[in-house]
This record gives sequence, C-alpha cells and structure tokens, in this order.
Amino acid sequence: MTPNLQTARQTETVFRTENLNIYYGNFLAVKDVSIKIPKHCITAFIGPSGCGKSTVLRCFNRLNDLIKSFHIDGKIYYHDQDLYSSEIDPVEVRRQVGMVFQKPNPFPKSIYDNIAFGPRLLGYKGDMDVLVERSLKQAALWDEVKDKLKESGTAISGGQQQRLCIARAVAVQPDVILMDEPCSALDPISTLKIEDLLQELKEQYTIIIVTHNMQQASRASDFTAFFNVQANDKGQRTGYVVEYDRTEVIFQNPMQEATREYVSGRFG
Amino acid sequence: MTSQEFASNVLPRRSLKRVPSSPRTLFSAVMTVVAFACAAIALIPLISVLYYVIINGAGRLGPDLFTQLPPPPLVKGGGFGNAILGTLLTVGMAAAISIPFGVLAAIFLSEFARDTVVADWIDFFTNVLSGVPSIVVGVFAYALVVVTTGTFSAFAGGVALAVLMLPTIVRTAAESLESVPNETRQAAIGLGATRFQTTIQVVLPAAIPAIVTGVMLAISRAAGETAPLIFTALFSQYWAKGVWEPIASLSVLVFNFATVPYKNQQQLAWAGALVLVGMVLITSILSRWATQRKR
Repeated sequence: MTPNLQTARQTETVFRTENLNIYYGNFLAVKDVSIKIPKHCITAFIGPSGCGKSTVLRCFNRLNDLIKSFHIDGKIYYHDQDLYSSEIDPVEVRRQVGMVFQKPNPFPKSIYDNIAFGPRLLGYKGDMDVLVERSLKQAALWDEVKDKLKESGTAISGGQQQRLCIARAVAVQPDVILMDEPCSALDPISTLKIEDLLQELKEQYTIIIVTHNMQQASRASDFTAFFNVQANDKGQRTGYVVEYDRTEVIFQNPMQEATREYVSGRFG
Repeated sequence: MTSQEFASNVLPRRSLKRVPSSPRTLFSAVMTVVAFACAAIALIPLISVLYYVIINGAGRLGPDLFTQLPPPPLVKGGGFGNAILGTLLTVGMAAAISIPFGVLAAIFLSEFARDTVVADWIDFFTNVLSGVPSIVVGVFAYALVVVTTGTFSAFAGGVALAVLMLPTIVRTAAESLESVPNETRQAAIGLGATRFQTTIQVVLPAAIPAIVTGVMLAISRAAGETAPLIFTALFSQYWAKGVWEPIASLSVLVFNFATVPYKNQQQLAWAGALVLVGMVLITSILSRWATQRKR
C-alpha cells in the first residue's frame, strides 16, 4: 500500500498518523493507520460499518479519551506536535479541532446561545452579535433563522439543526472540522446544502468527513481513505486502511481490488 | 398447488367486520371496565380526604387563622399564624440544607462517578436512607442537634426534614441528569468545554425542569411530616423569635389539637389540615407550571 500523495505533499500537512493502532482494552479496533491529512482539503473516510472510520476520526480531537478502556500506540502528529503526548491538554485540542456529529445535537438553548457557547468558553471579547451572524452565514443558515435567534435550537428541522451544529463548530474559528456522517440523518436536499457548504468551508478549514454515502465522498472530497475490516481467528474485527489517495484515483482507478469492488458497489 | 391455493386452504380469509359477541371483544370490554373500576377505587382515598378536610375545615377559614395565635382551652376564636410561619421556616431551612447537598451529590453520581463502585454504594445508601422511618430520622436529629445545643429548635426541625428530603432530591436529580443525552455532553466537550463547564452550562440547565419537580415533591412531602418535628422543633404557643428555640408547625398543631376534647381546638385542627393540604397542592401546581414554562 503506497498511496500516491504527490498533490498532498504540495500542501501543508495538518494531521499525520504513524502506525496508529487503536485499542479498547485488549481489543485491537483499528490497526496500522499511516495517513497524512492535507490542509484546506476535504478528506473522506469511507468503508463498511465497524471498520473504525469514526474511531480514527475521534482520535484527532481526543474525543475517545472519554472512553475509559481506550488507548493507542503509534503516533498522531498535529502540525508536528505529538497529539497524545502527556503535555497536550485535550481541552485545547478540541478548541482547535471542532466536531460535527452524526445526529444533530444542538444544546437545548436558544439558537443564539448555541453559537455563542464556544466563543464564550474561549473568553471571546468582541461583538457576539456579529460573530453569531457570521457563523450562521458561513453555515448557510442565517436567512432561515435570523428572525428567531431567541428560539430553541431544538425547535428547527433536522437539516437546519445540523447546519446549526456546523455554525456552532465554525464559531470558534477552529483549524480543523471533523464530521462524523453529518448527513446520515438528513434528507437529500439538506444533504446537498451541506455538501455545498463543505466546498465553501474548505477555503478556511481543513475538513475530515466520515461518510457511508459513496456519491458524497466522490462529489465532495479531495482525498479518500478506504477502510475495511478483517476478523482474526477469535472473531475479533479489526479495521485498517486499504487505500488512501486522491478521490478520483480511489473512485476511477484504485490500486486495490477490494477498493474497486467497494466503490463500484460489488462489495461482499 | 399454487401459493394462493395454499394460503386459502390453511388460513381462510376472514371477514374484517367487527363481531360484538366474539370472546375477544367481550374479554376486552370486561377488562376495560375492571381497569376503570380499579382506577376509580384508587382515587377514593384522595377524594374522601379532600372531602372531609374541606367539609370540616372550610368553616374556620378566615383572616384570623393566619394572624392569630392558637387559643388556650375553652377560649373561642384564635388561629395558627405562628404554625404556618413555623412550617415555612423549618421547611425553608430544610430546603436550604438539602437542595445544595442533594443536587451536588446527584451531579457527582451522574456526571463524575457514573458506573463506578463508589457511585453504586452511594446509590445504595441513598435508597436505604429513603427507607428509614421518619420517626427514626427525628430521633437522629434529636441526638445530633437538640442534645448538643441543649434546646429544641426550628433549626433541629430543619435538619430532620433535610435528612428526609435528601434521598428524594438525590435520586430525582440524578435521574434527570442521566436522562440528558450523551450527544449533548459530547457536543460541549467537542467544542472544548471542560467537564465542569459541560456540567454547569449545558447538562444542568437541560435537567433543571425535572430537578425542580423532584425538589417540589420532596418539599411537599417534608411539609406534612409530623414525627420528626415532635422530637426536634417541638411546638410553641407563641410567634417564633428565632431559629434556636422551639417553633410551632402545622403538622404538629394538627396532631396536638385533633386529640384534645375541646371543640374549638378540633375545628382548628381541621382548618390546619386544610391549609396544609392547600400548601402542598399549591407547591405541586407551582412546580408543574415552572416545568412546563421551561419547555
């Protein structure tokens, strides 16, 4: 597996993993991931369920720290800092690496307070109204909610809630936005809106998106990592990266037969 | 044999029409009646309590009740203003003690120690505490406060009621915190909130309506308690001068006056019961109103 990352090398690398193994207790969940995430690109993680895409994604903002039995070996570098070194404060990591979850999860607060939550945590001193408006505009939600900023963030539609969550993530001006199947609970129109949004967001942010939707990966992403899963003789299923390359290579001319079968829908 | 023949042979097509005399319909009708009757019977105690309290107590309702002191035997008139004030004072002190302890304990159980051995044990002892008879709690508060301070007092009554309220508050608050979805916590943590910020700014506000309901429930339970107050707050014929002396309360007043042979006192006992029920009712309604408005 020697991914052709000519283009990736031309831009700066945001995340670099080296022989990353992820464990829950003794169970090896994902093995030997060595990938580079380029700056201001959209990188998609695709693959069948249970192959560890989300697990890898959640390592990048140390959200897996919440799971007690979780540990890794190998390295993850974020702009050449060892992300899992004991000097790193996970809270600071999460302030620079934002996240949008599978299920829209706005706080049970007003739309305004949902956006203002992150900046307030960071002690933002500027004009909050301006920041809320700018964040909602970036998430293409401003026109739909500008007259009901005081209403609850849970009272709007699912697609709007997910864009609210994106607005909430961009409000703290992160460096990276991680998205864990952000469209899986949404209808096709909302999905398209969010995909359009991704193209605008990548001008400012580095985006990593986990998706089950192959068309979404091929339409929206610049790079694609195909994950697969293999079972050992005890029946434990371990995920690994089959192939990682530019999206058009993965979808049109992949090097691995397994990738070709998966992206063409003949997987199994 | 085609599949259609097969199906019609084994399971003949049934009519979709309702058959009122079929055993299934009859059974359903009978059970509905039985369930309704049981629900009605369960309401009888509540309705008869309310009926008796209103019939016997409403006659004495008036401003005197709230402004006058309890009369000596064979004297007409009077009221129990000091007992209402005393109940409010002791319950208020109990709430001031048990709400912070209870809610913080619930936060610890639900947010910081969930699924740990410590949490299991605290949970277990909370359940044990809620099963301790209220009179035992009264004796405990007697030993703890009355004996050490050398006097029956409103404060001792407040401590006894606080111990009674604590398990209810801990359990309802922990349950309401646990019912806040984990996605909400992850959203806050994903934005770079610390655990403390997540709890205080996101989880607790989301759980507040349910916590308020639990607290109100505990308060209205405590307001009616008599046994723990007999050992601690005792009773007083006079207006309270402070929290460090015996104080009157509605429940003890009802207990005292209901058992004496004087007509006027018995009437006051009924009126006291009515006011007590009314206070509990108002608390419940307020808590419902507060919870619904939040949503």
